[in-house]
Amino acid sequence: MTKTKIDPLKRVEAEMKKCVKCGACRANCPAFSAFEREPATARGKVALAQHVMKGDITLDDGTYSAMSKCLLCGSCVDKCPNQVPTDEIVIATREALAQRRGLTTFHKAVGQVIKTRKLMNLGALAASVLGPLFFRKVPATSGLRLRFPMPFLGGSRHIPQIAKKPFMARHPEVIEGEPGKPRIVFFVGCMTNFVYTEIGEATLALFKELGCTVIIPGEQQCCGLPGMSGGDLDTVRELAERNLEALEGHRADYVMTACATCGGALHKLYPLVIGKRNPELKQRLQALADKTVDAAVLLQKLGLDPEQTGAGEALRVTYHDPCHHRTAGIAKEPRALLKGTPGIDLVEMEGADRCCGLGGTFNVYHYESSLKINAGKSAAIRATGADAVVTGCPGCIMQLSDGLKQAGDKTRVSHTVELLARKIRR
Amino acid sequence: MLDARILEKLREIVGPENVATGVQEMICYGYDATQMEFLPECVVHPDGSAEVSLILELANREGFPVFPRGAGSGFSGGSLPKGGGVVLVTTRMNRILRIDTDNLVAEVEPGVVTETFQIAVEKLGLFYPPDPASLKFSTLGGNVAECAGGPRAVKYGVTKDFVMGLEVVLPTGQVIRTGGETVKGVVGYDLTKLICGSEGTLGVVTKIIFKLLPYPEAKKTMLAVFDSIDGAARAVSTIIKGKIIPTTLEFLDHATLTCVERRFNLGIPATGRAVLLIEVDGDRDLIEKQAGRIHTLIEPLGVVQFRVAKDAAESEELWRVRRLVSPSLRDVNPDKFNEDIVVPRSKVPDVIRRIEQIQNRYDIPIVNFGHAGDGNIHVNIMIDKSVAGQEEKAHEAIKEVFQAALDLGGTMSGEHGVGLSKQPFIPMELSADQVAAMRAIKHALDPKNILNPGKMF
Repeated sequence: MTKTKIDPLKRVEAEMKKCVKCGACRANCPAFSAFEREPATARGKVALAQHVMKGDITLDDGTYSAMSKCLLCGSCVDKCPNQVPTDEIVIATREALAQRRGLTTFHKAVGQVIKTRKLMNLGALAASVLGPLFFRKVPATSGLRLRFPMPFLGGSRHIPQIAKKPFMARHPEVIEGEPGKPRIVFFVGCMTNFVYTEIGEATLALFKELGCTVIIPGEQQCCGLPGMSGGDLDTVRELAERNLEALEGHRADYVMTACATCGGALHKLYPLVIGKRNPELKQRLQALADKTVDAAVLLQKLGLDPEQTGAGEALRVTYHDPCHHRTAGIAKEPRALLKGTPGIDLVEMEGADRCCGLGGTFNVYHYESSLKINAGKSAAIRATGADAVVTGCPGCIMQLSDGLKQAGDKTRVSHTVELLARKIRR
Repeated sequence: MLDARILEKLREIVGPENVATGVQEMICYGYDATQMEFLPECVVHPDGSAEVSLILELANREGFPVFPRGAGSGFSGGSLPKGGGVVLVTTRMNRILRIDTDNLVAEVEPGVVTETFQIAVEKLGLFYPPDPASLKFSTLGGNVAECAGGPRAVKYGVTKDFVMGLEVVLPTGQVIRTGGETVKGVVGYDLTKLICGSEGTLGVVTKIIFKLLPYPEAKKTMLAVFDSIDGAARAVSTIIKGKIIPTTLEFLDHATLTCVERRFNLGIPATGRAVLLIEVDGDRDLIEKQAGRIHTLIEPLGVVQFRVAKDAAESEELWRVRRLVSPSLRDVNPDKFNEDIVVPRSKVPDVIRRIEQIQNRYDIPIVNFGHAGDGNIHVNIMIDKSVAGQEEKAHEAIKEVFQAALDLGGTMSGEHGVGLSKQPFIPMELSADQVAAMRAIKHALDPKNILNPGKMF
């Protein structure tokens, strides 16, 4: 990678001009709904980024604080009359902040963890997305200079259990299927590998059921999204390259993931942040992006019959759309599969596609606000009277579980594939 | 102008967490939808008339300007702190206090978002019709201050037609109530109407009593494509003359249609030169009859396509034509001046012709759409600010557009207000005596000129 730094804000300069400050983003931004102050809106962040570019404000704590109040959920982009890509603008500004001020202690640690260890390495348990967990093990008095307030850690948060044995350690790299059936590279993701291994098992079982060959490249890494969240785009670029090496080839028809966030990284983030500096790499990453597909979408495409795989006890469920699915236009497929599963009664909640409040590392810095956003979600879930909330992202699963537990609620939280594989995994 | 002592007093009044002075906050409360920018020195977020009153008393004593602001979605710069001072944000006051289903009134605080209020009353089978395009994010306080309109104004009227009473903090700090919640009431001057549309220059509204209606049983949406702009314009008068008042009568001219069609391909016939989006609401049987009659009435006026929505989904599909206008306009040019002139309904074809002439004379694309049913046309002058001379040209063109509206017996603004952006043109519409009368009112209520100074005239 080239050492000359290009101002990341230049990348989005033209896009910023599209924002006419109409205020439509006030209606859709989950961060604004929690903070209720204008700097949390999309137009506020665009205005700040424009002033940074003009050079009349600096990338100081105030700018940092405003830019940190974004979940990168993309809601504002969906509803923006001028389609201003505020998510990309925030990413660019965070990168600029990181370049000029250095990463925060927390994000430095995140970067260290997610890029220096392979996903297979149990040491990485100190894990990327599980910042709070990791930080419990880092003394608050560590010699690192604290540039910003330490993120909120622990307290009442419900932290999921780490699996005794990671998903990838349990399986060979290649699980041969029937000849002539699709060959699928499985991008597992940290959360599935270390925490929600059941998602990995169910996914694997379903594609095996379809006769597919499943390849789980051992060299795959964290997708890098936690790094992006803090502006550490260099780490993201490094991980993009390493994941590209790991996932390319294998004579695969698809690169599949059961994590909406990882899917978002492979699909959108990688080609975006590589920029124009390396056209060859960009082309390869675009090819990877084109091959990347969500588990539920692929299961439906390959004609999974949920009656054969998922029939089970009667269960009233409601579906939460992860932001990284909403922005990729994935909504019908998981619902169709769930509706076709005997025993499953799917009821819609209000605002199913509203962000859960996790937002990468947003919830680490703004745990209270994250909870506030999540509380609305929990209420919507409970209002349906569902036994379980189902979604397609392990990140959302962690956040939804936390929110429901905080509310003293016993509603189960599951991944779509877990319900689809009930019969064959019994 | 604001020293540490004043800031400390403001913190005492609203609590330190509700006072901001950092440059980032100032930037974020220094814009609105006009794209003008003026940074305040301080932003306060009071809750309740008592706090607002203390702030205004302090402002009077110390002589600093206060600029009330809702969602900051205005189109005329009415809430912008030109010259610096304190921005007073009303959005913490966002409670719906009561909805009275016996008397069909509701009392709300000014920071309630328009749509939030509409949803709340609709759950009770009631109806608050004003529907500015910004209703998903604009506040009711802002709607009152600007007297917001919207497509449904044809049948139902604008914000002021629904305001029965107010709680207002006067610029000198006194808290008064105006109007009430009775249908009739003639004791004293009608201060309610005076405050509506006063653009935050005469007081800060802290409570609003709204009139409500029963929610109409059904609605019917129609889309008519005409082979000439004249046909569409005559259709508007013909429908009204035919004794039907539709809920909305939205109009898109040829330039607008071309934009939308090029980008979204909605199946508008190529021979189409103008579109009317017509909606009627009310009793189910009645609107069926009205829809049929509307078709018969306008058919001879060069209709090349007439669609009637069978259900809510189809209605939404027809509305898409109108909703996609804004996202399409940028294809013409990156920057726009969005004006909202009004002429008597019957003069719509004349004003459109005049605007066409202005467009040709200045060689700048002008795209017209909007609320033809009440003569309120959104005139969008599309330019590229980065091209030298275009902005100046646009200003000249705007002036001529205003003059055209005035010549035809209209006004230069139907719903956006004067604020800063129409200020230079005020003498074109208001006489010196009119302005003097308004100034006298302003001076009587705000002798030190501390509330939203420098706006309107």
